[in-house]
Amino acid sequence: MKRFWAMVQNEVVKIVKKKRFYIVLLILAVLVPIFSYAQMKQSLERRESYGSDWRLEVQQAIIDNQNSLSSDRVPQEWKVYRQIYIQQMQYYLDHDVNPNEPGGVTFTREFIDNSATLFIPLMILTIASDLVSSERTTGTIKMLLTRPVRRWKVLLSKLTALLMFVSLIVASAYLICYLISGAFFGYSGWNIPIFTGFVLNGSDVDLTYVQATPQWQYLLMQAGLVWFVGVVVALLAFMVSVLVRSTAASIVVMMAALISGSILTNMASAWTSAKYLFMVNLGLTEYLAGNPAPIKGMTLGFSIGTLAVWAAVSVIISFGVFTKRDVLT
Amino acid sequence: MQQTDGDSVLRVRGLNKRIGRKTIIHSISFDVRAGEIFGFLGPNGAGKTTTIRMLVGLIRPTSGSVEICGRDVQKQPEEALKYVGSIVENPEMYPFLTGWENLTHFARMQDGIDEKRIREVAELVHLGGRIHEKVRTYSLGMRQRLGIAQALLARPRLLILDEPTNGLDPKGIKEMRSFIRELAAGGLAVFVSSHLLSEIQLLCDRVAIIGGGKELAVGSVEELMGAGKGMVIWDAEPRTKALALLGRYADIAVIDAVGAAALEDAAAALLNERSIVTETPEERVAEVLDRMVREGIAVRGVHRVAPTLERLFLQMTEGEGIE
Repeated sequence: MKRFWAMVQNEVVKIVKKKRFYIVLLILAVLVPIFSYAQMKQSLERRESYGSDWRLEVQQAIIDNQNSLSSDRVPQEWKVYRQIYIQQMQYYLDHDVNPNEPGGVTFTREFIDNSATLFIPLMILTIASDLVSSERTTGTIKMLLTRPVRRWKVLLSKLTALLMFVSLIVASAYLICYLISGAFFGYSGWNIPIFTGFVLNGSDVDLTYVQATPQWQYLLMQAGLVWFVGVVVALLAFMVSVLVRSTAASIVVMMAALISGSILTNMASAWTSAKYLFMVNLGLTEYLAGNPAPIKGMTLGFSIGTLAVWAAVSVIISFGVFTKRDVLT
Repeated sequence: MQQTDGDSVLRVRGLNKRIGRKTIIHSISFDVRAGEIFGFLGPNGAGKTTTIRMLVGLIRPTSGSVEICGRDVQKQPEEALKYVGSIVENPEMYPFLTGWENLTHFARMQDGIDEKRIREVAELVHLGGRIHEKVRTYSLGMRQRLGIAQALLARPRLLILDEPTNGLDPKGIKEMRSFIRELAAGGLAVFVSSHLLSEIQLLCDRVAIIGGGKELAVGSVEELMGAGKGMVIWDAEPRTKALALLGRYADIAVIDAVGAAALEDAAAALLNERSIVTETPEERVAEVLDRMVREGIAVRGVHRVAPTLERLFLQMTEGEGIE
């Protein structure tokens, strides 16, 4: 056991020394201020047009969306989306809660919602995609596998280090986001009620399960889901990294999968069996926010289950291939 | 340390490897004993590296066994590999770590290697202060030495080196040889692969010669290579006359340009446009020289050079040549 943790330490040292994790932090530290600034501009503009009363703004949003419902040029799927949006806004209005109240915490919640399916997975790829393939590219795999340690232990130490970094990336995304956006909008907002539990019934929203959750609690649930998505993406990327020799190819394969996922999601697919693909199931936080599922029949439970199956299969393949394969080059 | 049957540290029996339908290694068997330097000689593409990879468990043999200190590499890899230090092909270390960090990395994978031992091997290979610099900045020779330090970390009983002098300068090659001899004198079994006959002659006690994935011979170096006819380069004028004279001896074979092209670099450097490359029995040289002088041929030089691996193969396979 001591040996195993020493090997995990090895992997952590290699990830840190390769400066992969710094890159992730750097990207976050550069992007978050940019988004924060954009957000600040937006709320300033709002204040100009609606004054200080947020109710006017929400009412205006409801009216705009209602108008577009009667237009023939708006596709049917969008109409469903907008109807749900109207009902949610109405609910906020009825309960006297400002859904757009600016603040560091709210910004963080929205930023993570938007980055859960693509941005955070990309950060994870920078580490996961070259974990095994880079050892093969540089030939160090020969040194690693000629030591008196069974191959599955070598792979497990890598996997353990990877999961540690997934957790670290998710945590630092939250932290950096909160710290930087707080400088723009203030650090308050932990207790703003967020409504969750909107159940969709066709084009109608069932409000019976809706409850107000303090924002901090919402953030915790969101973090759990984002972490889960991160782990699944990491495990898939890990498998690709075992199968593919070059790190570049390994990143490209995973990126193509992720991007195709967001394209498929936007197509609001009529192709229902696409729901078994892992890429369309990555938007777990959407369920939390009460947004409609990209494909009919998808629920939070379904998506978690599908992702879990994908993750389990990729772990099995990773270990199966890594322990059996001849190291020829 | 535990005793093994006899004193053979590495025991290879009937090693075969088939990839797809092609058999690339055909039943190779040999033993390497403690304190000896064992050469593994063959031209590039003969299957040396594939065999070495099977010795250290990187490739699973289709059949046959590799035992290190009595432990089967396939069945008990953790027990068997504990006794082996190896460099397969190039000494690849992590370029983004320092030499010291690399050694620490590999030390963590095994029991009983403390900091003192790391310092010991670092000193052994004379890396000095540069041990704390990034491997990215190392020359090939330094990498080679770091690779050896890594291989020696766990106090192995068998050291496997794949073409250890590749890419080293002449001074480095000499240093490497004496270093390997020192290690063997300390009781270590050393397995060295090479495609250079002279390398093996200078370094090894026993040798296995392979070609086309087959084992052609195993034996002591003198036995196998002493048997080969020595090569002599004649530098004489007029060339045609000398050539005619040499042709009169049945036991002297003149080697054409193609055969001469296979000469090792040190020998090839002696060649000029007059040179005649031959296979001449040692005891004939004085007689031929005498006759040349008497027939008025101006002899500028006579060099005995190491037979090329290719000639050795020709002799061994009786004209079949290398596949």
